[in-house]
Amino acid sequence: MLRDEDRIFTNLYGQESWNLDAARKRGDWDGTKEILARGRDEIIKEMKDSGLRGRGGAGFPTGLKWSFMPKEKSDRPAYLVVNADEGEPGTCKDRDMMRHDPHKLVEGCLVAGFAMGACAAYIYIRGEFAQEADNLEGAIAEAYEAGLIGKNACGSGYDFDVYVHRGAGAYICGEETALIESLEGKKGQPRLKPPFPANVGVWGCPTTVNNVESIAVAPTILRRGGAWFAGIGRPNNTGTKVFCISGHVNKPCNVEEEMGIPMRELIERHAGGVRGGWDNLLAVIPGGASVPLLPKSICDDVLMDFDSLKAVQSGLGTAAVVVMDKSTDVVKAIARLSKFYKHESCGQCTPCREGTGWMWRVMERLVTGNARAEEIDLLLEVTKQVEGHTICALGDAAAWPIQGLIRHFRPEIEQRIATYQKQAAE
Amino acid sequence: MTGGNGQATFEFTAENKAVAEKIIAKYPQGRQASAVMPLLDLAQKQNGGWLNVPAIEMVAAMLDMPYIRAYEVATFYTMYHLEPVGKHVVEICTTTPCWLRNCGEVERACRDVLGIDYGETTPDGLFTLHEVECLGACVNAPMVSIDREYYEDLDYDSTKQVLEAFKRGEKPRAGPQVDRQTSAPVGGATTLVKSGGGA
Repeated sequence: MLRDEDRIFTNLYGQESWNLDAARKRGDWDGTKEILARGRDEIIKEMKDSGLRGRGGAGFPTGLKWSFMPKEKSDRPAYLVVNADEGEPGTCKDRDMMRHDPHKLVEGCLVAGFAMGACAAYIYIRGEFAQEADNLEGAIAEAYEAGLIGKNACGSGYDFDVYVHRGAGAYICGEETALIESLEGKKGQPRLKPPFPANVGVWGCPTTVNNVESIAVAPTILRRGGAWFAGIGRPNNTGTKVFCISGHVNKPCNVEEEMGIPMRELIERHAGGVRGGWDNLLAVIPGGASVPLLPKSICDDVLMDFDSLKAVQSGLGTAAVVVMDKSTDVVKAIARLSKFYKHESCGQCTPCREGTGWMWRVMERLVTGNARAEEIDLLLEVTKQVEGHTICALGDAAAWPIQGLIRHFRPEIEQRIATYQKQAAE
Repeated sequence: MTGGNGQATFEFTAENKAVAEKIIAKYPQGRQASAVMPLLDLAQKQNGGWLNVPAIEMVAAMLDMPYIRAYEVATFYTMYHLEPVGKHVVEICTTTPCWLRNCGEVERACRDVLGIDYGETTPDGLFTLHEVECLGACVNAPMVSIDREYYEDLDYDSTKQVLEAFKRGEKPRAGPQVDRQTSAPVGGATTLVKSGGGA
């Protein structure tokens, strides 16, 4: 278990105030000027040494991502964009960081923005998070007032602005290029890559889009050293991580833990265990709605990190652990996710626009068993037709939960169809 | 062109105009179109919770963008209401994490207290009810958002109590409706029990 001394988000639950005084007592904004004085290359090296992988779902190495930004000054300014459009079902970690520990994010914006040569950060927060955005704006105002950001930020000689941009309800804007489009004042429809945002991002300028957690942990990593962060967790899966444990557990909660903690330990130590005991477990979605679920047999000993979950054909995603006990209608649970993706498809690519609706309608029939057995394979085939054939990953995200369901619960689906047909014949 | 409420024009109040100008200043010069979302939101608030055509036209004109571009934005994002809404907008999350925690009971309480279905407004104009996708409070499921504040850890009775308080003109306390500190486990945190520490 992670030691309390190694926790980064020491105000995760809002035990204390979010404001600057309290944040300073927690260690935020301590020696920020000295961190900046180390220079861009040194900061990026430290981040690379920490092994931090992006906390938004894809797990791309954060330090490496920062290094893609242009080194030479040009007439185009560069921007840091923080993805705070948290909306992956099961996920509610960035929310806690922004409402209870916003100074970690604001300070992170400065050090990350400095390291990538950006002139400003835009934090794109989902519109529904009104209180969270208010706290964040409060923290930004405090930071300006104290000279921590703005002109000559922290007395470093570097000018850096931080702004909040509120979304208005569209899951797709969590996709980085859709987010950029939205920030430009358009519909949130993803862009084709290349060009990548590091070359052509918001307003045609070099841009890096990072998740809230990736940015918020950066100042602590730079204060305590990349080696400290890399010493937590497992190789290639380092550091601490905020997990969200929801669904059929006795005490749903958010908690910061070590990467690579066994799933069972995570659930039993922090979330009060599965309702009715571990043996009452049916399945777990380990990383938010987009990743395939895992049956209990895999959950028994799987570790919660990128590589371990990938090895069992799922993923860490946003580390949102959705627990389902044996009372769950698992087909319905996944069908509801299919409805979610149908609702959230931006409509740009045909396979996703049409496919998400088609998949959802078949899933709804599978819930009651009103289908032919061959349709299971047909559905699987359609998921493969959607996957990888769209501009962004929403198509994949809609396909994977269904693939996971068929992979692990095919007999359940077949049985429903058989029962339905039997009843229809009678 | 006139909006649904017969207004031929829409103007920001002096106060909101100042807010709008501050918002526009957040974006680089010539990129004022970036302010369309916050300005539509501001217009919606001023207009009693929904956007009519004159309001969208005014925002588009203010940002020097074609009406159709602003209209596209207004129709793309779910938080813009293009029809009149009640004084309180109740949004129930029914996505899987809330569904697993029995959001059906929350729905039932809403129907019982308000007597309306999704997309409808009560005859007294007090409440509009919407079903929404994941609002990102999954460890506090099931939950509803009322006037953009989250009411969490609900069941049938507590949902009823919250709605009835609104009916009486009160403003119930937002957040978890059980004894619990935000997203910490019920009964107390399992970490940082000594308090303090950190970087």
